[in-house]
Amino acid sequence: MLARYRILLPVISLAVLLCLTFWMQPRAMSYFGLNLLFNLAVPIALATIAQMIIIMVNDIDLSLGAFVSLVACVTATWLNDAPLIGVLVLMALILTYAAMGAVIHMLELPAIVVTLGMSFVWGGLALFLLPTPGGASPAWIRTLMTIKPPFIPMAVLAAIIIAALTHLLVIRSKLGTVLRGLGGNTRSIARAGWNVTALKATAYGLSGLFGVLAGMALVGLTTSADANIALRYTLLSIAGVILGGGEFTGGKVSPTGAVIGALTLTLAASFLSFLRLSPDWQIGAQGAILILVLTARLLFSRKGAAT
Amino acid sequence: MKTIMTGAATLALLAGAAYAEGTADKRIALSNNYAGNSWRQAMLQTFEETASAAVADGVVAAADAFTTSENQTTEQAAQIQNMILQGYDAILLNAASPTALNGAVKEACDAGVKVISFDSIVTEPCAWRIAVDFVEMGRQEMDYVASRLPEGGNLLEIRGLAGVSTDDAISKGIHEGVAKHSQFEIVGAVHGDWAQDVAQKAVAGILPSLPDIVAVVTQGGDGYGAAEAFAAAGRPTPLIVMGNRQDELKWWAEQRDANGYETMSVSIAPGVASLAFWVAQQILAGEEVPKELTVPFLTINQDGLDAALETTPEGSVANVSYSLDDAKAVIAGAK
Repeated sequence: MLARYRILLPVISLAVLLCLTFWMQPRAMSYFGLNLLFNLAVPIALATIAQMIIIMVNDIDLSLGAFVSLVACVTATWLNDAPLIGVLVLMALILTYAAMGAVIHMLELPAIVVTLGMSFVWGGLALFLLPTPGGASPAWIRTLMTIKPPFIPMAVLAAIIIAALTHLLVIRSKLGTVLRGLGGNTRSIARAGWNVTALKATAYGLSGLFGVLAGMALVGLTTSADANIALRYTLLSIAGVILGGGEFTGGKVSPTGAVIGALTLTLAASFLSFLRLSPDWQIGAQGAILILVLTARLLFSRKGAAT
Repeated sequence: MKTIMTGAATLALLAGAAYAEGTADKRIALSNNYAGNSWRQAMLQTFEETASAAVADGVVAAADAFTTSENQTTEQAAQIQNMILQGYDAILLNAASPTALNGAVKEACDAGVKVISFDSIVTEPCAWRIAVDFVEMGRQEMDYVASRLPEGGNLLEIRGLAGVSTDDAISKGIHEGVAKHSQFEIVGAVHGDWAQDVAQKAVAGILPSLPDIVAVVTQGGDGYGAAEAFAAAGRPTPLIVMGNRQDELKWWAEQRDANGYETMSVSIAPGVASLAFWVAQQILAGEEVPKELTVPFLTINQDGLDAALETTPEGSVANVSYSLDDAKAVIAGAK
């Protein structure tokens, strides 16, 4: 499948789902409605980008949900009460993520095991910080997340900005290109004289940065945090990356696709709820939508390979 | 009790019809975060019964229940936003978190949707809260014990799950009650985690070190386990306050038939969902309703035991369906 068509399928999936939703619930077809449909997709989109950067270097991050929850707890407590300490803690978290990447590469540990272990560390820290739900969102984040720009709802505008910036970062910039190369063929990048440990650390650090942004955006929407607030994000973000045209083989990712994937997943959940599907079936139905899109992709790529 | 409940429901419907004018075109949604235990199942069933009767009667246009599939706050926040989009006039909310849904609740309020939280309430000021006064529940237990045993004596306290606010509140009420009835003294306390097996183990562990116990004050779900532990230790059965679980009621009835055992049972009824429904109906009808409401407990005394046991399915918990009049009484009580 050519890279430029990689984006086509996610766009079509989102468009189809959006049309169905509008048909089911015409009220959603408005400034207000679009914002309600998609505002919780903004932190998911950021988390999906974080996951995408890890998948891009051929790893997988099972700690992302717990990490975003921890960031949400830090944001709702320290960043609100003592902004300086809050910023320092968040930066320390990003550095920890970078260190995690370096350790994974240097000791040749499987990322899936390390991140799974770290998820308990993040979860424990979050519980330590906020044993019972609470805290408050810093006013400026709340303002940012509830801003009402003219014509385009905040959620849609944010998705466009995230997609554009990460496209520049991952696809166009020198660093992004090297990082994609790292995922595609680590050895050739190493032979070309790059310090692979530093590159892995950079990728993980970037991922941590987007994880932090996701947690902050989430608190801006919910106004407070609890230690389990974002546990679903681990699987949602992986699904978002794959739905958006990314592949597990490393190096083959699409930032725009990932953002669209996150929007599609959020929309799928709403659509199923509009359908009045029993909750027992909803997870299964969400999975079915995912499989449907992946099957379509497989068919397309087979066809592409044949011609 | 069944006939009483049916009677109450009929009354509620009659009264509901009279109040239907203002709310006949209104739609109410229930946002529920969890359905994985008997209490929640009973809650959903009671809501379903109340809601379908009210819809059939034309009191409201629709009343639908939604349960999130994963008990996650982000999922429930999205669910609430979807309800706003679907144009519901009121949302009943059993919340996954007291604070993390506040953003979504505020959005609902801003869109003109009334949000009524019950059982697990939210702190957002624009929402209504139907809460349980667990401290009062503890106090009432002590008042009952004092009325039965005016001469006083040693008490064993069984607490709930450590670190949960409900446990602190009930225990606080019990301790206030002990301070009021100073002839009693709590000589031992264990955590029973609201589960019979845990309570039995904990009580069995502490019993050998305790003097004679005249009464056991509990939090619900632990009375049967305590009774078993006393029997296993060969000690006389004290006065054990029960918590409306079917196994507790069954044990109580057996003891009563065998030796005239007397006690009381108290807990919160899953039917609180039907109370929330009628409160929402009153709010939609334009009634002035205070934001903070308190749910009455479901107390079962000696006379009501047989009826309660009969209507409580095995493994479940005693329930009651609240009527419009109950809701009005609760609202009037809070004013």
